[in-house]
Amino acid sequence: MVEQPVGRVRFMDEQRVNLDGFAREDPALGLVALHSPADPAPSLRVVDGIVVEMDQKARDDFDTIDRYIAVHGLDLAVADEAMALGDVAAARLFVDPAVPRSEIIRLVGGMTPAKLARVVAVLRPAELMMAMTKLRARRTPSNQAHVTNLLDDPLLLAADAATAAAYGFRELETTVPVLADAFSNAVAVTVGAAVGAAGVLVQCAVEEAMELEMGMRGLVSYAETVSLYGTEGVFIDGDDTPWSKALLTSGYASRGIKMRVSSGAGAEVLMAGAEGCSMLYLESRCVSLARAIGAQGVQNGGIDGASVAAAVPRGVRELMAENVMVMARNLESCSGNDALMSESHVRRTSRTLPILLAGSDYICSGFGSIQRYDNMFGPSNWNAEDIDDWLAIQRDWGVDGGLRTASPSSLGELRTRAVEAVRDVYRALGLGDFTDEQLAKAVDAAGSKDLGATDALAVLDAAQAIRGTGLTALDIARALHDTGHDEAAARVLAMAVARVHGDHLQTAAIFDEDMRVLSLVTDPNEYAGPGTGYEPSPARQAEIDGIRQERGVEDLRVSQSSFAGGYLTSSGPAAFGTDPRDVVIGVSPGVGRTVWQTLSGMLVVDVLQELLDGLEEEGCLARIVRVNSTIDVGMVGLTAARLAGSGIGIGLQGKGTALIHRRDLPPLANLELYSMAPTLTPEMYRLLGANAGRHAKGATPVPARNPYTDEAIEARYHTSVISLVALERDCVDPAAAPEQLSFQEPRS
Amino acid sequence: MSRAFSGKPAEDLTVEALVRDELTPDDVRIHPATLEAQAAVAELHGNPQLAANFRRGAELTRFSETEIIAFYEALRPRRSTMDELMALADQLAARDAPTCAALVREAATAYAARGLLR
Repeated sequence: MVEQPVGRVRFMDEQRVNLDGFAREDPALGLVALHSPADPAPSLRVVDGIVVEMDQKARDDFDTIDRYIAVHGLDLAVADEAMALGDVAAARLFVDPAVPRSEIIRLVGGMTPAKLARVVAVLRPAELMMAMTKLRARRTPSNQAHVTNLLDDPLLLAADAATAAAYGFRELETTVPVLADAFSNAVAVTVGAAVGAAGVLVQCAVEEAMELEMGMRGLVSYAETVSLYGTEGVFIDGDDTPWSKALLTSGYASRGIKMRVSSGAGAEVLMAGAEGCSMLYLESRCVSLARAIGAQGVQNGGIDGASVAAAVPRGVRELMAENVMVMARNLESCSGNDALMSESHVRRTSRTLPILLAGSDYICSGFGSIQRYDNMFGPSNWNAEDIDDWLAIQRDWGVDGGLRTASPSSLGELRTRAVEAVRDVYRALGLGDFTDEQLAKAVDAAGSKDLGATDALAVLDAAQAIRGTGLTALDIARALHDTGHDEAAARVLAMAVARVHGDHLQTAAIFDEDMRVLSLVTDPNEYAGPGTGYEPSPARQAEIDGIRQERGVEDLRVSQSSFAGGYLTSSGPAAFGTDPRDVVIGVSPGVGRTVWQTLSGMLVVDVLQELLDGLEEEGCLARIVRVNSTIDVGMVGLTAARLAGSGIGIGLQGKGTALIHRRDLPPLANLELYSMAPTLTPEMYRLLGANAGRHAKGATPVPARNPYTDEAIEARYHTSVISLVALERDCVDPAAAPEQLSFQEPRS
Repeated sequence: MSRAFSGKPAEDLTVEALVRDELTPDDVRIHPATLEAQAAVAELHGNPQLAANFRRGAELTRFSETEIIAFYEALRPRRSTMDELMALADQLAARDAPTCAALVREAATAYAARGLLR
């Protein structure tokens, strides 16, 4: 019989992280992150300008990947110098702020795939962050979103594309659950993006030839689904060669379309083709090949295989090292953080955080801007569920993660314009029609499950019509203009015209909202230590800081005023009581002036009523006194106790904190205390009143206890506490004596 | 200021022109000279491979979308014989696409060595 583990272990087994798979290192299967015994030692021999040996392999034994890199991918002029550098010496250059980025780029040009992998493997996590900060191509970080839904619904795609643009994403990537819908999705997202903001790049990820076709028509503005693999076997299984990819890359260039390639750890392992090599070494081959074929950028950092990397020791570190290799090869990095790599919120945050803090050309190569269930790439590491988290993390660290708060009050109007634009374009081009009810549902929908029944065939018909009639970006722009969507029309046209200039073909290019190209050329990263490199502009910093949940004292003053009522009126200076049954409830200076509601949501007058009822139960005579000289609840309570004939007082702050005091005790001592104001209930206040009465009669009641909660109650309420204290402070008069209050029951 | 593939200056590519039906797809296509200029920029910024890609791209502007997709297909694994690839290279060279022709020839040699010909 298997012995059951103890409760502690059973409890730990139930935690979400244990839904994840963790693999023992197995180099034979390629389940190894940074080093495998099968990884070749770096080597390079050049005879008469021809590479005759690379990474322990002789020229005659080169596979197609070796061959392409050896011919096109290496700067032989610096190879001797670069290959002679020790791994540690080279790695130190990566993190030394005194060594310019351009010097790293120059040297890495002469490094073979095995050499670059070895150098990057030396870098520890904080050093990877330093290297990323310094080596990324573009100064200004940015982010990419997924915009998809289960139904390929064009209205929802457009509304969500506009929303993603409003949240600051500069690239939107869509794809299809039904391949034949692709052209419709491309048009819907392009239209929605144009309604949302100028200069948003759009992609529809499908198979290579169809993606190229949509790109050439201008229905999308960049391409990314051009996959590279680290072993020849898997590359060929993917139905491509380095030369076919090179030709495809040039095909995109020929039409002025931005493109990057995709690779990343785990793909070879999943296809049982890793040849015993480490993930880092295989990815180094992909990155070298990306550079060799002339792609301007790489999407890597695991991608679909991210959870494979994350399953092995040092796997998450390997994912970040992949991005750093891309940057060191002078390419645009679209840094993974897309496929959900863990069921654990802690692990998935840990996977992304160093990259968010360091900044990348695109921090996520697909932040799911829609809900998890609508993400047709599969759930991302970050999804609509997490946008507010992302915004808060940006604000916490003061870093630019590419997002901003879309004003909640404007989103409805924006989404309405997006769905109307799609309806009008589809109608004008004879692609289909939508009802007002469909539009309204798409505007309000948080996801496709909110849409109700839709017509899947209508999407298919629209897609076929777009493809079959050869519609281009010009037709879309014209239809937008003819139906009164002038701004979106101008934006769609501007993206098409950008191709004529071609400036966005340079490394790491995005457009800002004024259609200026930010790239390696126009916005180079020149980080050289503290005080240099990217710093958000004051306007951008204000966007990062100004999340919609921010509250200040004035917000709270308004909120408190809405509960104002004239139930407490002053009837002159408070007298000293003489009756032994006399118990005084002291309230803080703001009560009934600036503060009317406690943190638990109870009105202060209701709290007072409970206290009074409790005292009455015990046969006590109660008075209410406002203590004007202090906001300290201990002093309020002690002052009340000193006024009371019984010597027992209750102190109550406007926020709801309450205690029982006795006149002979020091201020910080007390008999009973409720410090957890947000979680207090009417019954608890009533008990406190009753206990005060029992103390007054000389009894020793069982003390009232603070309720316990394991929630982050302080995170929830501390900002309100600070504001409430400020409101109370406004009412303090150190010279003013306590005043008697007459109390009218709010509900009579 | 760039000019489009059609020769039209970029400043003429306006919404007004669109509405007057004066814009055609070739007016929003990149001109090979522009790709050459971008190649020079890429070279200056430490990426000769990107420059080479732009130059191949400049050559491919002379070909239709269908042709480019056909070239890509021909270069996929085991799609073409040696003769077919050589014929393709000749065709590219004949239409003023020498670097693309060289790429295809290089592929043919590699495919022969690695068993990737049809």
